[in-house]
Amino acid sequence: MSKIIPIGPYHPLQEEPELFKLYCEGEIVKDIKWETGYNHRGIEKLSESKTFDQVFFLVERVCGICSTSHPFAFANCMEEIAGIEITNRTKYIRSVIGELERIHSHLLWLGLAGHFLGYNTVFMWVWKYREPVLDLFEMITGNRNSYAMFKIGGVRRDIPNDKIPAIQEVLRGLKKKLDMLVGAVMDDPVIHARTKGVGVLTREDVIDYAAVGPTARASGVDIDVRRDDPYAAYPLVSWKVITAKEGDVFAKVEVRLLEMYESVSIIEQCLEGLKKEKEGDIEIPVDEIPAGMGTGRAEAPRGEVFHFVMTDGSNFPVRHKIRAPSYVNIATFKKSCIGQTISDATISLAAVDPCYCCTERMAYAYDAATGKKLLNGSELVRLSQAKTDEIRKKMI
Amino acid sequence: MGFKEYCFKKSLWLFHFGGASCNNCDIEILACLTPRFDVERFGMQLVGTIRHADVLLVNGSINQKDKVRLLELYEQAPKPILVVAIGACGCTGGIFAQGNTFAGPVDKIIPVDAYIPGCPPKPEAIIAGIVKLLHK
Repeated sequence: MSKIIPIGPYHPLQEEPELFKLYCEGEIVKDIKWETGYNHRGIEKLSESKTFDQVFFLVERVCGICSTSHPFAFANCMEEIAGIEITNRTKYIRSVIGELERIHSHLLWLGLAGHFLGYNTVFMWVWKYREPVLDLFEMITGNRNSYAMFKIGGVRRDIPNDKIPAIQEVLRGLKKKLDMLVGAVMDDPVIHARTKGVGVLTREDVIDYAAVGPTARASGVDIDVRRDDPYAAYPLVSWKVITAKEGDVFAKVEVRLLEMYESVSIIEQCLEGLKKEKEGDIEIPVDEIPAGMGTGRAEAPRGEVFHFVMTDGSNFPVRHKIRAPSYVNIATFKKSCIGQTISDATISLAAVDPCYCCTERMAYAYDAATGKKLLNGSELVRLSQAKTDEIRKKMI
Repeated sequence: MGFKEYCFKKSLWLFHFGGASCNNCDIEILACLTPRFDVERFGMQLVGTIRHADVLLVNGSINQKDKVRLLELYEQAPKPILVVAIGACGCTGGIFAQGNTFAGPVDKIIPVDAYIPGCPPKPEAIIAGIVKLLHK
């Protein structure tokens, strides 16, 4: 008889509402189930009632931590539909924002991971060093989070050339702190003992579960949308994709730490690129969005963000589909947590940097007049599968 | 000194309820606790259960699933409790107010003592809001 240990939904460790049920025998986790829906806001549906310019502000609020990657993917998508090639200055600015965001997100995760391990010094350090990055955002965009920088065909604000030295100064300071953090984390025997061989995802598991981002790269799967499907300024600068082989929590820490160095390097090259481009050349005027369909991808700090938009020549999207990276990464818990002790399960859960606000999907449909539940999640899934079966049979 | 002043005279303990939010307000609340802003200097800290809390911080738009749990939490809370709605979503529902699962805003569900607007409000704004509430 296994005991169920619930984590959440409103747990002081997690900043977001979600519920994990650990089915334990003794101290060993035998099975795990997760339940969400506490965070569902119906964004895809809301998007259909907003004009293309407004959708940017909406998709930015899919997730506050990676609040550039969703507009990034949406912009890529809309530019594919409209057939727009953006200016080089826009490309550089977009990449600068995207990479600054990666740094702040990875730092945030590192702090929380330290917190989960009971290593609160790392938590406090990292969050202290994250603040200068947020200050940079405030200087460039006017807000610490949710930057509202993107629009179809360009960006809303320029990064004037006289602000570039200030950005470079912060990056130099940040590099020193990163060296210190990497030294502290990589050389600490306690962190090695707590994270090595814990929550292992093999290469096969990652491919089976279609995991993306640092979760996949830490298991030796070499995927990165920035290189595989180039967008913005990533083909214009030189950088490399960081991978590790082990697939345990330590490898994920390593990948994220080293990725931050790459991000700093990308930003530095982009800033050099910005100096060569004409100031103020930040948008291509867009008169109208033709009818059509398009897809846009972007590499968020957590993995690939995918947007699909269908338009009919009007001001509003007809259909807007979003797939966030945590949606696939969370499923890997089934592989990484089972067989661990409860104490290791927490860090294994945290290791994929799950982000529930991105992931939420509808749980059931209900009749608004009577309040009666019509279908629950599993019935919906069954219906959907039955439909696929039907279509498959027809095609054969 | 009234009963309410007496209750909130010493260090406030906070309980954080993140509804259907985009996570921005959540991380700004956490940023308040970390070295740059460091409200723990004043003895404010996040606690694990509502039964220990003096202040209930609510952020995010509240959906059908959250509503039930928010009500239950409010009933469990020791009274008097200060309720603070954080962010545009907590105050009005913000950009998600037209959403098909929206059941809020917070003040339609439980009584709210202070509103801190912003998307997300800066940590300074959150601290200022709570200080103002204490001097009310």
